[in-house]
Amino acid sequence: MGLLVLFTSLPLIYMISTAFKPYDELFLYPPRFFVRKPTLQNFVDLFTALDSTVIPFSRYVFNSLFTTVVTVFATVIVCSMGAFAIAKYKLPYANTIFNIVIAALMFSPHVTQIPNYLIVSKLHLLNTYWALIIPKIAVAYNLFLMKQFIEQIPDTYLDAARIDGAGEFKIFWQIIMPMCKPAWSTLIVFSFVSNWNDYFSPLIFINRQELKTLPLVLQSLAGGPGQVARSGALAAATFVVTIPTIIVFLIMQSRVMKTMAYSGIKG
Amino acid sequence: MFKEGNFKNWWNRYGIGYSFLLPFLILFALFVVIPVVYAIALSFTHYNIIQKPKFAGIDNYRLLFTDDDVFLIALKNTLIFAFITGPIGYFASFIVAWVIDQLKMRNAFALAFYAPSITSGIAMSVVWLYFFSNDRYGFINNLLIKLGIISKPILWTLDPKTILPVIIIVSVWMSMGTGFLVFLAGLQNISKELYDAGAVDGIRNKFQELIYITLPSMKPQLLFGAINSIVNSFGVFDIAVSIAGMPSPNYAGHTIVAHLYDYAFIRFDMGYASAVAVVLFIMTYSLGQIFMKLLSSKDE
Repeated sequence: MGLLVLFTSLPLIYMISTAFKPYDELFLYPPRFFVRKPTLQNFVDLFTALDSTVIPFSRYVFNSLFTTVVTVFATVIVCSMGAFAIAKYKLPYANTIFNIVIAALMFSPHVTQIPNYLIVSKLHLLNTYWALIIPKIAVAYNLFLMKQFIEQIPDTYLDAARIDGAGEFKIFWQIIMPMCKPAWSTLIVFSFVSNWNDYFSPLIFINRQELKTLPLVLQSLAGGPGQVARSGALAAATFVVTIPTIIVFLIMQSRVMKTMAYSGIKG
Repeated sequence: MFKEGNFKNWWNRYGIGYSFLLPFLILFALFVVIPVVYAIALSFTHYNIIQKPKFAGIDNYRLLFTDDDVFLIALKNTLIFAFITGPIGYFASFIVAWVIDQLKMRNAFALAFYAPSITSGIAMSVVWLYFFSNDRYGFINNLLIKLGIISKPILWTLDPKTILPVIIIVSVWMSMGTGFLVFLAGLQNISKELYDAGAVDGIRNKFQELIYITLPSMKPQLLFGAINSIVNSFGVFDIAVSIAGMPSPNYAGHTIVAHLYDYAFIRFDMGYASAVAVVLFIMTYSLGQIFMKLLSSKDE
């Protein structure tokens, strides 16, 4: 068990330690695992040295942050509303729709990438933030998870609110959503992680340098695959890319654990 | 056609419900359902974006399986990759979840185990490249040389023989998270009474408990984990590209998604690339269906 935890956490510890290494320690032979004299020099380099290359690194941080936050917000609202409709209104065809959603869990998003590209280009959204946002709002998994959760809420709550004269939207916003806090907290984590780390969508939708997101920039900073150039700034950039997802998860961890129990599929 | 009264009735009954569903429905149709149909249709055409698609029958598929050696390499790599990382990740994450569930300090262990899977594949490839660096600065080469196992550094990410294993190690490391989290939650949800009843019925040890009580009550989570790991292991791309490059030496790190990307967004041969997408679709979808049958718990 200890070995496994070591296997999972060593690279992360090394990543954190390397980000704070001064130059002389980065190129030490034999390589040393832990940092001796931690410094912020790498971060300073990252945010200032890259300034000379026209686009400051902070711009990429903004791109990633903006598209991720908007996508997360939109997907939580849209998928929760959809799940609420399927779980609580006995709509004709709701079952069929839900079965299609389940089927969509079973193939990788790469399958739809070519038509998505054609559609996004038809809508004139290539090289805009929207190309990274709109296609990723209606996510099968998100609707699925919210529906499993909302189903558990007894109808009597809704009926009581209706007798009190609450409108349907108010029911959704003031009864359903507060009761589903663990579920959408989990969605926030998952959706934040997958959009923040997404490499494929910006790769095909974005050509303009000033709109690129962190994963793309990180890769070009690595000097292309297979070689480790500009080690200091690269180590700092890796740190900047990795830490936000871990922080988001830490904040939500207890709620996530509660929700995951509902994510089984009956089949 | 509806009479006006009928429509009014219909609207009163379902209108609000469908209004809630509508935004999801439109986006889901536009970016998931229609694209699947569209991809299948395109796979029977020649299409270079500039000219209109030309019907091609099964040309693309014939070419793919009889003439495109690089695709066959990609297919082989992806299958090897999927059949190693999928099961290893799946069973490892279940076993770890099962062990951690019985420990104190559950949350700390859970975080340590889950953290890799929420990190960026690109970022972590950078970190792993320090470990698998091709010179003697790399940790693993350094260690092996010190131990006297090798005398010259191994070219981990350049030698076709070691590329796929390196990609597999990094992917297994990253892939265990979601399944693990679902399993852990499933385990915590099994009621204690089931175990007490089992003890009365003559279950003696932890292992019997696992086989007769734990696994059967976790079918929905096991199914979710299986589908999740199928989709992820067949979609391997970013880790492969950032470790081995594209094209990789001798195509040793070439995968189906890499092939799709190459034809679709470098050569703009959309018809051919769609055929690749359809092959990927059929593989993951049919495996998903098999697991649905195996682990279904609908009647219970």
